[in-house]
Amino acid sequence: MLRKNGGRNQLRANLIFIAIGIVLFLVSNRVDELRVYQGATVAVYVVAISSIILLTGYSGQISLGHGALMAVGGYAAVLSRNDWHAPVWLSFVVAVLAAALFGAILGVAAGRLSGPYLAGTTLALAVGLPSLANQFSVLGGEQGLNYDVGQPPLSLGQDFTQYHWYFWIAGLAALVMTWLVHNVLGSRYGRNWRAARSNPTAAALAGIHIGRSKILAFTISAGIAGLAGALLAMTLSLVTPSAFPLALSFAIVTGAVLAGVTLLTGSIVGAVVLVAIPELTDALATHLGGSERVTANLPGLMMSALLIVSVLFFPNGPRLFRR
Amino acid sequence: MSGLVITNLEVNHGAIRAVRNLSFTVESGQLAAVIGANGAGKTTLLRALSGLKHVHAGNATWHETSIINKKPENLVRSGIVHVSDGKAVIPELSVKENLALSGIWRKDKKDVARATTEVLDLFPILAARLSQSADSLSGGERQMLAIGRALIARPSLLLLDEPSLGLAPLIIEQIFSAINSLRHTYDLTVLLVEQNATSALQIADIGIIINLGELVTVGPSHSLLNDPALRAAYLGY
Amino acid sequence: MERFINTILIGISGGSIYGLMALALVLVWRSTRVVNFAQAGQAILSTYIGYVVISHTNNYWLAFPVAVISGALIGALVDILLIRIMVKRAHQGPVAAIAPVIATLGLLGLIRAVVGLIWGGDLRQFKLPVTNHGFTFGHTTIPFAPINLLIVVITFLVMLIFALIFQRTNLGLALRASAYQPEIARLSGIRVDLTRTIGWAFAGSAGAIAGILVTPTNYLAPNSLDLLLVSGFVAAVIGGLESLVGAAVGGLILGIGLAFVLEYVSSSLAFPAAFMVLIAVLLVKPAGLIGSKRSRNA
Repeated sequence: MLRKNGGRNQLRANLIFIAIGIVLFLVSNRVDELRVYQGATVAVYVVAISSIILLTGYSGQISLGHGALMAVGGYAAVLSRNDWHAPVWLSFVVAVLAAALFGAILGVAAGRLSGPYLAGTTLALAVGLPSLANQFSVLGGEQGLNYDVGQPPLSLGQDFTQYHWYFWIAGLAALVMTWLVHNVLGSRYGRNWRAARSNPTAAALAGIHIGRSKILAFTISAGIAGLAGALLAMTLSLVTPSAFPLALSFAIVTGAVLAGVTLLTGSIVGAVVLVAIPELTDALATHLGGSERVTANLPGLMMSALLIVSVLFFPNGPRLFRR
Repeated sequence: MSGLVITNLEVNHGAIRAVRNLSFTVESGQLAAVIGANGAGKTTLLRALSGLKHVHAGNATWHETSIINKKPENLVRSGIVHVSDGKAVIPELSVKENLALSGIWRKDKKDVARATTEVLDLFPILAARLSQSADSLSGGERQMLAIGRALIARPSLLLLDEPSLGLAPLIIEQIFSAINSLRHTYDLTVLLVEQNATSALQIADIGIIINLGELVTVGPSHSLLNDPALRAAYLGY
Repeated sequence: MERFINTILIGISGGSIYGLMALALVLVWRSTRVVNFAQAGQAILSTYIGYVVISHTNNYWLAFPVAVISGALIGALVDILLIRIMVKRAHQGPVAAIAPVIATLGLLGLIRAVVGLIWGGDLRQFKLPVTNHGFTFGHTTIPFAPINLLIVVITFLVMLIFALIFQRTNLGLALRASAYQPEIARLSGIRVDLTRTIGWAFAGSAGAIAGILVTPTNYLAPNSLDLLLVSGFVAAVIGGLESLVGAAVGGLILGIGLAFVLEYVSSSLAFPAAFMVLIAVLLVKPAGLIGSKRSRNA
């Protein structure tokens, strides 16, 4: 009975994912270039946020350093494409694997830590790792490295722009990744993570290896972040240290908190908010006749205020999305 | 004159209503023993009286002043001192520092010094260990330290939570006799929460028996001790 | 040999700053069980306030106390306006345990944005209170300069003052009691909320001192103390996160260690070296080199 039900839910979820894909495809043909580019960015954030949702919402670990893991993925994708001439899809796979490997190493430390130690360690990573790229010439220093995923295939038509192409790739990647994460969370592993998070002692007594379970979560989450990094590099068409600032790590945590942390469907809300805030503050800054100072800092101000308010008053996500 | 008057008190512990519609009175200068099994709501009652727990409904007054839903530190400063369960000492601090805590906020530093001397006379073992960390004390010594610290605050109402918990019978006897002599020396009103019913009732004036958060009976302790039905049901022998 | 001693001297000077930041983090951790990532923000705001005083009076020694007092006030305000609410609203749910960390993170972002709004993002030079030209003995000039000596001396004095306050005064006793066992402190009549706010103020002033001491040797920008936050955290972890002495010693260990890596290995390896130290300490001796036996799962 339960199994049958689960099967039906699974089928319904799959249909929903396909439906979303079709809708996005149709919409992308009817809006202007800027919106399409923003759509691609939303897709990048959806991937990044779902990595935090998996890690924090399910496994109960915190990471303030996922921006750095995105950097690992971004640089890995670029290097594999530029140096080995890997096809785009393969460079994405390399990004996932490189970040996952990095995450596994980190996860060995992280699995034994929690709370402040994990937060501090990952913060250290976020602050320090991207700047390392400045010191190795193979990583291109300040200027970074170019990343070219190529022109859209001609079969898509003359009007099909580069941004549309980015949107398609990022959107498809986001859709596939969300589907995968959805399935992982519903699997034995997802249940183990939740059990280990809410009552470690009971979970351990029930035979769940807490440490291993946490390392696995960290590894998978890092891999997803790596994909997000590669996608980000694609939309920017390059990787630089400054593409992965501390603010990026904070932004995806903010997005995850806004998304409600435990709900995968919230990731799209979080991602839209992350893209909308700079847009809104830009408009606001122009309206105020603001200087460069205002334009540069208003998004950070809004984002931080939103983060504080949401964690103070809706730490488990807005009621709207709560099951 | 009425000392502690509790009327229709309702206190939650988590999702559970741990104290229900509880009313009793302890006259000034009396020693009242609150008796009940584990989970009867005794500790919740004390925590409500010392401000650590929010009171849902009802009232508690000490000398006609309401004491519910006040800050614990303000209640301490007005003479209502709670020695929380077991060995309420700070193990990271020395014995001397533990005792000094109650004197920090007191204006009358001469009286603090006097009170400290009295406590050390009462419990000479503490005097020998002043500079040791409280971590190194035995269970009984910790209990003495906790009570000693309470006394330095010069309480008028002392709330004691299971001072006998986990102690050897000989030490229990020592602690109880100390409590008994204290309240005469300092004219204290004492609310003593205990599972160790017999020892508590032997030094108490009145006994208050509660079960599952509700009052079973209040009466002079000697009559409770001699009531065979109560003994069987609540005192466990 | 000379190079060796020079490296140690420079390490002590750098480590002093790390120690001060670690001290700020430890003070808050002990009293509130939160690693306050906003500490870097509070320190940068205090340093900018000091900068305003310098640009008006051209007097570092006036800016110093102003920054320290601002740091204390900012720390107290953060506790009153944010942390008290946070503690009172202690939540259930998956994020409950990490909500305070996220809140301090949000505060860091908020303060940086506010600083950027007021002073802009450009790098600013900060007046040196004393010269940064190394001491000269006969014909040799060593890297260790009067500014480094000043940093070491002030840090030592600050640590001494904190040690005296904590060990010798009633306020210190109240701070320690409230940190170890808030409930028992409360039941002894101590105003724990007020005491904790004072702890936050002390932490804020320690962070401000770190900021205003290190900035003249570097530059001032809204994010110029981010790396210091990380170093301070590493130093605090080496010291066990609970101990004030540990914070100071952890700072010195990290400072001297990094100075050696920079001098003898490569100047580009400072960050990886610090990060490796952090990971190594956490894996090998999770309670810190000087820490207590408490677990790190708090």
